[in-house]
Amino acid sequence: MDAQNQSLKDLQHIKQMMERSTRFISLSGLSGISAGVCALTGAWFAYSKLSLYNHEHTLFYNKDHGRYIFKDSMSLLINDLLLIASLTFIAAFITAFLFTYLRSKKNGTPLWGTTTFRLFWNTIIPLVAGGLFLLRSIDLEQYGLIAPGCLIFYGLALVNASKYTLGEVRYLGYGQIFIGIINLWMIGYGLYFWAAGFGVLHIVYGLLMWLKYEREASTQPPTISE
Amino acid sequence: MNPIENLNKTFDSRVRLGIMSTLMVNDQINFNDLKQLINVTDGNLASHIKALEENGYIKVNKGFIGKKTNTTYTVTKVGKKAFEQHLAALEKIIKGMK
Repeated sequence: MDAQNQSLKDLQHIKQMMERSTRFISLSGLSGISAGVCALTGAWFAYSKLSLYNHEHTLFYNKDHGRYIFKDSMSLLINDLLLIASLTFIAAFITAFLFTYLRSKKNGTPLWGTTTFRLFWNTIIPLVAGGLFLLRSIDLEQYGLIAPGCLIFYGLALVNASKYTLGEVRYLGYGQIFIGIINLWMIGYGLYFWAAGFGVLHIVYGLLMWLKYEREASTQPPTISE
Repeated sequence: MNPIENLNKTFDSRVRLGIMSTLMVNDQINFNDLKQLINVTDGNLASHIKALEENGYIKVNKGFIGKKTNTTYTVTKVGKKAFEQHLAALEKIIKGMK
């Protein structure tokens, strides 16, 4: 039935245009994989730093705080860990950006448009709030909250972002929040949870998305005749 | 009555469907964004926009960003209603398939 098939195609076209004009669809699965690999590498560096410091049991009694701390070596450790975290974030961001840039070039959608701006803005709000929360946690020496805080706020940012990009991002967000919340009751194992969330979950998500949308060459949007 | 008669002839073209779909879910959109989304030439897009404008379905707002012209489009109430009726007609035809 020609009229019916034509109507079905028209409706699909309408749906596709509505999605393309409101969502940032160039997000590449490879971006997820690369971010995950960066996270695991960063976690590995952090792990080796931590195990190194654990051997130097130089405890000092700090009168201000009324408890024993690893004086000097502790603040050095924190500096090192912050440096590793920053480098990991930068590497993850750059590689993730690169793959998404390549995909947007391939399927001919502009990288910087209204949809990108909307996605960016809605992701950054939970991230900045979370970042401030974490900085304050470091100030207050609540180091155990850093890993779960990262995971939970990042997860919330993803759930919020999913309305403005591929809807599947929502499930990645749920996963991060879930891991972060479990971590809240297993303080001290933060690095493992951090690696599971930012490393493993990203890679699994990226792989699934790549298989779903990018493996076949059919990612080209249909060109419209007439 | 044959549901095909309920289809709006103005929305016969893919380009016009594209323009209307985009405007239904965005408050406003400018010419360049529309061009990239629909993937057509300037002239082609302009002629379809004109047809929709003449039907009173979309509104053209001419503005400036600095010295550059920035023309944006919004859907009118009439356009919204016409498009919704067109969608309903499409759905009816598909349901008749079963």
